[in-house]
Amino acid sequence: MATRLGKKGSDLGTMYRGGHGQWAWIAHRATGVGLILFLFAHIVDTAMIGWGAEAYDRVTSVYHNPVVRLIELGLVGFVMFHALNGLRIIAIDFWPKATRYDKPLFFGTLTLFLLAMAPISYIMAKQAIELFV
Amino acid sequence: MATTQVRPSSSPAPSSHGDGSGYGHVSGRDRPAGGFELWSWLFMRISGLVLVLLAVGHVLIMTVLEEGIDRVDSRFVAERWSTPFWRVWDWMLLSLALVHGINGLRVIVQDYVKWPQWRFAVNMVFYVLGFALFVLGSVVVLTFDPASIFGS
Repeated sequence: MATRLGKKGSDLGTMYRGGHGQWAWIAHRATGVGLILFLFAHIVDTAMIGWGAEAYDRVTSVYHNPVVRLIELGLVGFVMFHALNGLRIIAIDFWPKATRYDKPLFFGTLTLFLLAMAPISYIMAKQAIELFV
Repeated sequence: MATTQVRPSSSPAPSSHGDGSGYGHVSGRDRPAGGFELWSWLFMRISGLVLVLLAVGHVLIMTVLEEGIDRVDSRFVAERWSTPFWRVWDWMLLSLALVHGINGLRVIVQDYVKWPQWRFAVNMVFYVLGFALFVLGSVVVLTFDPASIFGS
């Protein structure tokens, strides 16, 4: 009864209405999976602080590396997209009229995401370059 | 999708928002009718709202402000966790993000893992891993002694 509607068959390889809604849905899943997998590792690396300064600093030295810094920018992007798209989902779910503004809401979310990521990318790139060049 | 679903009158479709169309894509999205799935649905949205503050704040503070991750080392953590405020922040972030994420995985597993035994096994792996990490993270956040870094 209370299961997710229309999920009887496999969704793999099928279209979900198509268009921007499908891409938002896929991106929300992909970023969500990426974030929970990172969280698994991040809890362990942070927990190293309980084993002393040396253990923590040795394990987290992986974050002080130019290539990892780039991946880190991707991580911030994942968080920002998942957060903004999540707010869009909440708006649609709790504000009935929001579905009338489905497209503006989606492209507004995308614009906000890009507007947020521009300065974040600049700042993080600058930090990395100043450290390694 | 799901527009032809007929609900018993005892469980009104929340997607009918007055225009009487009953179409999910016209008058709001479908949501679970009740029971565990409705609580799960509600939890994802409430925890999601809180996580917008906790998680976005966390990554901006840690990786964007000042010198970003460069300034984050054991002394930085020890100083941060000298204040109960950041311990509470980090513990709430740990708990909410873990449950939000593991529940998200459960929903995805529900979509892609059809064979019941496999679904149970995959979910159990995530639940056990999630619980173990929750215990590990909680013990460290709540019992950490800054003196172990700074010396007493």
